[in-house]
Order: sequence, then C-alpha cells, then structure tokens
Amino acid sequence: MKIIVCIKQVPDAKDVRLDPKTNTMAREGVESIMNPFDRHALEEAVRLKEEHGGTVTVLSMGPPQAEDVLREAIACGADSGVLVSDRAFAGADTWATSYTLAKAIETIGDVDLILCGKQAIDGDTAQVGPGLASRMGKPYVTCVQKTREAGPDYIIVERMMDDGYDVVRLPLPALLTVVKDINEPRVPSLKGKMRAKKVKIQKLTAADIGAEEQCIGLAGSPTQVVQVFSPEPRGDREIFTGSVEEQVDQLVQRLKIYL
Amino acid sequence: MPVSGTDLGADMLIVDCDKCIGCGVCEEDCPFGAISVENGCAVVGDSCTLCGACVEGCEPGALFMEETEKRQTLDLDSWSGIWVFAEFRHGIIAQVSFELLGIGRTLADERGVSLSTVLIGKGVDAYGDQLIAAGADIVYLVDDPALDQYREDVYGNVLAQLIREKKPEVVLAGATAIGRSVIPQVATVLGAGLTADCTKLAIRKDDGMLLQTRPAFGGNIMATIECPHSRPQMATVRPKVMTPLDPDPDRVGEVVRIEVENKILESGIEVLETVLSEQEQVNIQEIDVLIAGGRGLENEKGFDLIRELADELGGALAASRAAVDAGWISYPHQVGQTGKTVCPKLYIACGISGAIQHAVGMQSAETVVAINRDEKAPIFDIATYGIVGDLFEVVPVLAKRIKEARK
Ligand SMILES: Cc1cc2nc3c(=O)[nH]c(=O)nc-3n(C[C@H](O)[C@H](O)[C@H](O)COP(=O)(O)OP(=O)(O)OC[C@H]3O[C@@H](n4cnc5c(N)ncnc54)[C@H](O)[C@@H]3O)c2cc1C
Ligand SMILES: Nc1ncnc2c1ncn2[C@@H]1O[C@H](COP(=O)(O)O)[C@@H](O)[C@H]1O
Repeated sequence: MKIIVCIKQVPDAKDVRLDPKTNTMAREGVESIMNPFDRHALEEAVRLKEEHGGTVTVLSMGPPQAEDVLREAIACGADSGVLVSDRAFAGADTWATSYTLAKAIETIGDVDLILCGKQAIDGDTAQVGPGLASRMGKPYVTCVQKTREAGPDYIIVERMMDDGYDVVRLPLPALLTVVKDINEPRVPSLKGKMRAKKVKIQKLTAADIGAEEQCIGLAGSPTQVVQVFSPEPRGDREIFTGSVEEQVDQLVQRLKIYL
Repeated sequence: MPVSGTDLGADMLIVDCDKCIGCGVCEEDCPFGAISVENGCAVVGDSCTLCGACVEGCEPGALFMEETEKRQTLDLDSWSGIWVFAEFRHGIIAQVSFELLGIGRTLADERGVSLSTVLIGKGVDAYGDQLIAAGADIVYLVDDPALDQYREDVYGNVLAQLIREKKPEVVLAGATAIGRSVIPQVATVLGAGLTADCTKLAIRKDDGMLLQTRPAFGGNIMATIECPHSRPQMATVRPKVMTPLDPDPDRVGEVVRIEVENKILESGIEVLETVLSEQEQVNIQEIDVLIAGGRGLENEKGFDLIRELADELGGALAASRAAVDAGWISYPHQVGQTGKTVCPKLYIACGISGAIQHAVGMQSAETVVAINRDEKAPIFDIATYGIVGDLFEVVPVLAKRIKEARK
C-alpha cells in the first residue's frame, strides 16, 4: 500500500498571542511543532504499512524549516519525505494549499491512501483534507477514529459523528482525516533517529509541480484576512471566600439566570 | 482593537529595497511574524496575510501593496441571496440550522435579498414548513433514498450543483461534523472562499461583502476574513453562537422540490452501519450548560458526582484530556485543542487545572465557573466565578443548593 501523509508544521498554539500594548504577535519562545493531529495520521500510516506492506511518504508545504517535521516523521517510521517550498506559495489559504498539495501528490506519483490530520491547530479549519480529496477526485471520509479493515482496493473505517459514529467502506485510492482517538503515536526509535539524520528530503518548487501561478499563494486564495485583534477579555472575575456553604450560596446567587 | 484595520484590497506586498533602510520596524509590526530583515532589506515570508500592518508603519515608504489581476473578479453581482445548509440526520434538523436561519435572516434583510435553505436527505419532505417558520423564504428540498445516509461525495455533489444553478452570494453551514466535512469540498469545486468556524458575521450593505470573524490560534487571536473576488462567500458557523428566531407558523414561504440526476447520487462510499453511542446522545457543542471534570475527579466515580450536578442543571458532561486519557469518560466529551471547541452559556470546571490546551476549547463560554483546590490553578484566570476548595465537598453542596433554588 502506497501511503502519503500530509504534515503541517505549526506554531505551538499556547505561545501565540497578541501583545495587548503593541498589538503585535508576541513571538518570543514560540516553538514550531508537528501538528498534533498529523502525528496520529502518521502513526496510522506506519501501522497500515506494518500490517499490509508498502511505503509511507510524508509531504509538507511550508518554509524550508518545515523539513524538521518531515525528519521527525521519518524518525517515527515514515520512509521518505517531500517538502514543497517556494516563496510563491506565501499567503496560501486552504483553497490554494489543497491545490498545491494535490499538484505535489500528482508529481510524487501513484498513491493508494492519503492521510491528513483532522485539522491544523494554527487555523483550526479542517478544510485542507476534504479540499485535497475533491481536487484529486477521490472519495474521502473525515474524522476517522478507527480503521477496521483494509484490503488491496478498499478500506473500512469508523467516522466520528456528532451523535456517535458511522462504519464506512471506501474504495481505494481514498483520503482520510483522523482524530486523535485513532491511535497512540509511538516515540521515535534510535534507529529511526539515525535514519532521519541521513535521509535526503526531496524538495519541490512551484515549477517542479507544474503549479499555475494564479492558483497558488495569495493570488490563489479566495479568502483574505483583513483584520486581526485580541479577543475581548472576560469581564471582572470573582473568587469567593468563606465556608463552603457561603461560597456556594454566593455562586448560586450569581447563577440564577441559568437555573 | 484592530492591528491594521485596513482592507487595502490588494494582493501583493512589495518591498522596494532601494528605499528600505533595514530598520526592522516592519519586523516588529508584523502580527504574523512574516517579515525579517536580511542583508539590509525586508523579506516577506510565507505566513504573510496581507493585513497591511507593516505598510502603515514603514516610514521610508519601502513597503506597499500592489493590486494584481484576480482569478475570478467577473460578475460578482449576478450572485444574490443568502443560503443556509440545513443539516438533517436521523429524523432531526440540527439545532445549529435554526441558529443559522436567525443570522441568515438578519443578513438577508440588511442586503434586501431572500433567505433560502437547502434540506437534503430521505423523507425530508415534511420539514419544509418548520424551516419557513424559522425564517426561510424559500426551502429547496432534495428528497431521495440515496440521500438517506450522509456520504461526503453525494452531499457535496448535490450542494455544488444547486449552488451553481441558483447562484447565492452567501452560503452558511454549521461547523459540525457534517458541515465541516462536506462544505470544504463544495467550496473547492466552486473555487469559492470558505471561512471555518465563524463566531461573528456581518454584511456590507452596498457591495455585499461578508465580514467573517473567527478565532485563530486556539482563540488567542481573532481574525476577520473577506472574500473580495469570489462568490459564493462560504462560511461554517459554530453551534450556539447565533440566536434562532422564535418560530412563527404564520410566516409565508415557498417550498421548492428539486429533482437531481441519478448520476450525481452515485458514490463509492458505502455506510455499513450507524452506531449511536449511549453516552453520546448529546453533542456537547450544542448544549447550553456543561459540567466538566478533570484529573481532580480522581476516578470514574468522580463523574457520577458531577453527573448529578449536570442532571440538576439540565446540562451535559465534558472533560479534560487527562480524564479522557484515564478512561473515565469517552473522547467525544473532551474539550480543548485536540478535543471539541465548545461555547456554552455556562461551563463549570471541576478539578481542571485550565492548561492552555484545555482553555482554548472553552474560553468563549459566556460564564465559566471554576472549582479547584489550588488557588493558583490557571483556570481561575479565565473563570467568571471561582471557588477555591475540595470539589468532593463543594459539588454536593452546590447540587443541593441548586435543587433548592429551582423549586
Ligand atoms: C498537543 C497537546 C494537546 C492537548 N489537548 C488537550 C485537549 O484537547 N484538552 C485538554 O483538556 N487537554 C489537552 N492537553 C493536555 C493539557 O495540557 C493538560 O495536561 C490537561 O488539560 C490537564 O487536565 P486536568 O486539568 O484535568 O488535569 P491536571 O492538570 O492534573 O489538573 C487537575 C486539577 O484538579 C485540581 N484538584 C485535584 N483534586 C481536587 C479536589 N479534590 N478538589 C478540587 N480540585 C482538585 C488540582 O488542583 C488541579 O488543578 C493537550 C496537551 C498537548 C501537549
Ligand atoms: N501546508 C501543509 N502541508 C502539509 N499538510 C497540510 C498543510 N496544511 C494542511 N495540511 C493537512 O491538512 C490537515 C488539515 O489542515 P487545515 O485544513 O489547515 O486545518 C492537516 O492536519 C494536515 O494533514
């Protein structure tokens, strides 16, 4: 089974905020990490490979330093990594990103299964997976919590819904996005780490994947961010004092509107 | 508190290296960390969103926006009307659909256009009136046995075809499992801009520009997004943030039945089985009151304690990742970065420290109550009301007092 996992390098959300005085991004100490959901997509791919044979290729679109997450993925069991990187991709929204990833996958060649995280934690959009599938004209299922069974030309998965789950069968090639419930990702092995150091990451530019200028980067992005601002701070907070009974009484007073 | 407040309507940020003095002010000004000075001249990186913050602050005038030709600028005016995708599953229209008709009505009236809703499924024929009473002028019904189960490709095909035919200027859907799965596909094939998970929507009367506001970076930053050059403008909207209208059975509207070709109902996807999980009869994203438990509950039985509180308040149970990982409650109850984002009226956090990965999933709740024995727990920073104490003492008293107060 030839599997491609799409991995995004994201800033650690907990470090990102606007400085209330200057309204600029407080950037100190903001670390870049592998998008947590993508780690689960990678683990699932490696497990499928271990069971059914095949290869796992990790793919990322991003700046040159996104190479780090690809090496990390290789340390965790992926076979090869591809980085699509080009200034021309700057400012891509999910529409342009899914176009670029689709073009890159076309360039990489045959694929049976594409795995994505449910969403990236910087934008939380969950749009790239479905977008990528529809660009490639492949069936897809989002929020997969379990793969039950796979054969050479099909896969059966559990799709998490708001009220339970559905068991869904898809013909391959197909695309899945996964939630963290699906597995417990492994830590990199020593051997994996050694390999990750040495392996060559394939780099592709916009020209290499034959991307059309008007479909990538900002020009290819129908959405535009026109304003960013800090969320409104919560009003005054109240920490009660006194005995448990007294504190609870004060609280119940305040909660009257919800009772 | 806008950073830039400017829609420069442009789509290239140009650096004039002859003028640039390499002072680095733009580096400081950029909210996205997208600019760096290299060899004495500013270089714009991949995360630039063209917000314009740097242009304003550039004294030498080395930074400017340039408009270039757009992919789809033609004919924006031929798209008209506001649409809501009404989500239907197991005989029920999702609550969020009524909320969307509420905001949809406001947008449609502001623009002086009609509000339509699309309902697809099997046996949906009877539901048209309900949607009209909730605010719709037109209900497009697509009723077919092939639409019984939600299948990504089929639902996407049907929606995309209808949108192409009728050309609405705005399409809204709930940011639910189904909405977030099918709508990105539709937007992709239509070449339309799509903003996920909006918490605020407004429309500019004159040019119909939809101003879509959403949290980013787990709620640490808010962003307003426009789609200046494409139609329809598409958005998914979080459950619980918009207000439905009071149903009015006297409202008049039109129900239009749509036949679709068999071709677009064909699918490789097959739903073999549907399992409604018992614990999961409720979707915590659609609940007004959530009682959440964390590691402080100590074990499964701890949840029985807060379940009482939940029953008393007509609420549901939520949890931190620590409680889910310990196996005390199932994953669909998890709130936070790797769980669900919720926005209830009331969120009572019991024995939860309030780690940022948890906070990002619940900090937009209207009222947050924290019960924790550690007064330094970060949950108290985002709480509206806090009780410092042992939850095993506090919660039973609270349940009792609430019961009394409700009588
Ligand atoms: C990539 C990543 C993603 C994550 N995603 C999520 C996510 O989606 N959701 C999430 O919740 N977490 C997430 N986490 C984990 C998060 O960082 C915290 O570890 C987690 O939220 C802690 O859960 P907790 O508050 O229940 O436990 P703790 O941090 O252990 O807090 C327990 C609290 O209970 C209090 N307490 C104990 N006993 C009592 C008592 N008897 N009475 C009163 N108070 C008591 C303690 O004072 C303490 O504050 C994520 C972490 C990472 C790295
Ligand atoms: N730049 C990127 N490179 C590789 N994969 C990506 C990229 N952006 C998004 N993805 C994939 O798409 C998923 C959803 O991302 P998003 O739609 O941005 O929330 C992620 O979990 C990744 O698997």
